[in-house]
Amino acid sequence: MSLLEIRNLKVEFDTAKGPFKALDGVDYKVDAGEVLSIVGESGSGKSVAMLATMGLLPDSATITADKMEFEGLDLRTLSAKEKRKVIGRDISMIFQEPIASLNPCFTVGFQLSETLKAHTELKGKQIKDRVIELLTSVGIPDPAGRLNAFPHQMSGGQCQRVMIAMAIACSPKLLIADEPTTALDVTIQKQILDLLVKLQQDSGMGLIMITHDMGVVAETADRVIVQYKGRKMEEADVLSLFENPQNPYTKALLSALPENATGDRLPTVSDFAEAGGF
Amino acid sequence: MSDDVILKVRDVYRTYDIKGGLFKKASQLTAVKGVSLDVERGSTLAVVGESGCGKSTLARMLTMIDAQTSGSIEIDGLPIDISKTGISKEMRQKVQIVFQNPYGSLNPRQKIGHVLEEPLLLNTDMPSSERRDLALQMLQKVGLQPEHYGRYPHMFSGGQRQRIAIARAIMMKPKLLVLDEPVSALDLSVQAQILNLLADLQDEMGLTYVFISHDLSVVRYIADKVMVMYFGEVVEYGTREEVFDNPQHDYTKTLFAATPQADVESIKKRLAAKAA
Amino acid sequence: MTNTSPATKADTSKLEAESRNATKAQLIEFWYYFSQNKGAVVGLVVFALLVLTAVLAPLIAPHNPDFQYRDSFLVPPFWEEGGKATFILGTDAVGRDILSRLIFGARLSLLVGVMVVTIALTGGIVIGVVAGYMRGSVDTFIMRIMDIILAFPSLLLALVLVAILGPGLINAMIAIAIVLQPHFVRLTRAAVLSERSRDYVVAAKVAGAGHLRLMFKTILPNCLAPLIVQATLSFSNAILDAAALGFLGMGAQPPTPEWGTMLAEAREFILRAWWVVTFPGLAILITVLAINLVGDGLRDALDPKLKRS
Repeated sequence: MSLLEIRNLKVEFDTAKGPFKALDGVDYKVDAGEVLSIVGESGSGKSVAMLATMGLLPDSATITADKMEFEGLDLRTLSAKEKRKVIGRDISMIFQEPIASLNPCFTVGFQLSETLKAHTELKGKQIKDRVIELLTSVGIPDPAGRLNAFPHQMSGGQCQRVMIAMAIACSPKLLIADEPTTALDVTIQKQILDLLVKLQQDSGMGLIMITHDMGVVAETADRVIVQYKGRKMEEADVLSLFENPQNPYTKALLSALPENATGDRLPTVSDFAEAGGF
Repeated sequence: MSDDVILKVRDVYRTYDIKGGLFKKASQLTAVKGVSLDVERGSTLAVVGESGCGKSTLARMLTMIDAQTSGSIEIDGLPIDISKTGISKEMRQKVQIVFQNPYGSLNPRQKIGHVLEEPLLLNTDMPSSERRDLALQMLQKVGLQPEHYGRYPHMFSGGQRQRIAIARAIMMKPKLLVLDEPVSALDLSVQAQILNLLADLQDEMGLTYVFISHDLSVVRYIADKVMVMYFGEVVEYGTREEVFDNPQHDYTKTLFAATPQADVESIKKRLAAKAA
Repeated sequence: MTNTSPATKADTSKLEAESRNATKAQLIEFWYYFSQNKGAVVGLVVFALLVLTAVLAPLIAPHNPDFQYRDSFLVPPFWEEGGKATFILGTDAVGRDILSRLIFGARLSLLVGVMVVTIALTGGIVIGVVAGYMRGSVDTFIMRIMDIILAFPSLLLALVLVAILGPGLINAMIAIAIVLQPHFVRLTRAAVLSERSRDYVVAAKVAGAGHLRLMFKTILPNCLAPLIVQATLSFSNAILDAAALGFLGMGAQPPTPEWGTMLAEAREFILRAWWVVTFPGLAILITVLAINLVGDGLRDALDPKLKRS
């Protein structure tokens, strides 16, 4: 049984200009211990799918799916209360803007212990120990001293580490990372990606990495889904995707990477669109 | 060729005063420490560094948004020191800037035509019909349609907006264009289009670029010379080949090592390491 | 390059049509978000009727508002016992038709609203933009003065001002405008502060825009949304304050048919003739409510933060 299985997911938004189809029948499947990367450009619906799964979309979105199961549990029929139990404990998510994702009014230690209080049975001293353990595991120097730090007193990279600590606090079975390193510098990005992959390998959880960056995909993924305008273009394991892309859009994306430039001009997606007809 | 230096920067410093609060002493922050550089006409200098390294501060000084604290800047033979002399129209016509975020750099209440005409309106006595013709020509030049003239910025995609921002910057036919991370907010495929456009414009108008970026793969593609900044200082400065093939400073090496590798060999290596 | 010129000249009319379309699209989008708020639409309809009533007052009012019918003091509305069909909402203590006075009163109330908001908005925008753009000591100086004005209870301050200027509708309007002004100043300043460091402002500066152009042409249009909302809410506030001043005898002077003044005149008959106080009171209530509803709708339509994706 897969960890998460979604079949024929459709998401539609109501807007001033009429309904907008953000996702048009896409399937997702993640197994435990696997890193799935969903890659696409803005407007490809790559984040929408996971937000829909988490129930984080606004009311203006209409979500339909033939199947939406987490460990055999049908997410579509769960009540809001049951869903909250699963989400946050078994599935957790980290976002692009680490500093904005933390509440600026509370200390890092407080926010972490709140998460633990909500989802575990731990009490008092146990919580504090677990918080320090978590901060250590995500590589924050002097974790005991950092407990009383406010988010604005830490760098973006450190805030993202805290977010990761919060996300893995309850040992989730699935971690969804939505562009976790886009707002960070390259050297920090490397550290965060390494950390995520290490945590994933140590705990055997499933990891969904949503990104627009082919470099990030190459560095982390086992399997890749390429999306374009709400549709799945290609699904393949990472090596065959880079070695031998099947879909014209994937080919276009890969050749648009400046490091793959061969001549004077970079090929653009529209060069391929005419040939590929997508 | 080597004598034809259009931008000459010597030992430029920029310090900011940080106001003291009730419990804090006032202090000073030096964002740019003694930067010197030369850029030849028609070439591209890439300035690389991470956030807070002073590269944007440098861009703001080159485009006369902020004054340097000390040191000299000379653009096309014209000394720039706006804290002493102010900005003349002549100086303004030499240099323009394109910002990183195309969503923030266009006035949401200004139609595209007016965006493009504003520099002409402010700096020349051109009649309005002539201004409009120039704006329409410029739209075509950057790959947009004439019917975009009367539209608002929010009706455009990020890539189109960046084209508009570039068009606005070259309306006055500047000699030097400072590009502050012009493609880092864009999608990969759009990034390629904008980089191509920049290359075309450089050929056609003989523009000189100062290209600020944190993305080494883009820099490697576009730059003639590369300068790496770290905490306000220049740690590496040379031609593209020198810097990429033989980095000297530790920081540059770290930067190269951290850049994600998207080639098949690296992926194979990673998967092998994982399987082991 | 040059050969494109003739072609583009021929397209002039097409370009203008495109430009108009863009403006129209903005209006359509605005209306979509505004009309999502049903209350706002109702408010807008009521307000439109009110404006119509005020404009057509001489045509639709059944009587002269100042004419005293000596034979009909305190006649109740027509459905009450003793009511007359000619005086639909009854008459007041000196025999004037209440409906006609209410209709003519709408003119005054709307005039008060428009004048007060115009004065307060213009002053507030200029002062606020200067404060927000200049920063430093100018900003501090302006904002402290505004803080002082805000520290007084607003009606009390208006009363003092009217007492100094002398009672009358014009002076009351000036007084109310001064009292409402600081809200506009603060709002404008806050909006300018958040806009002035945006890239498009810097870009205009690099293009060579001067201070005045930056302040009023580049920054100000992007600060208008919250101001428009505040203006509608102040509109109703102004009507309310003018009525209050009228009630206290410091606003419009009798026999002007102003709603607040009508209430004041009717005070002593509250127990015997309920209609002389109820109808002016209702008129004020409905007007203020309608305008506030419109203000809410405007906020929905103009504030991007509340907009649904």
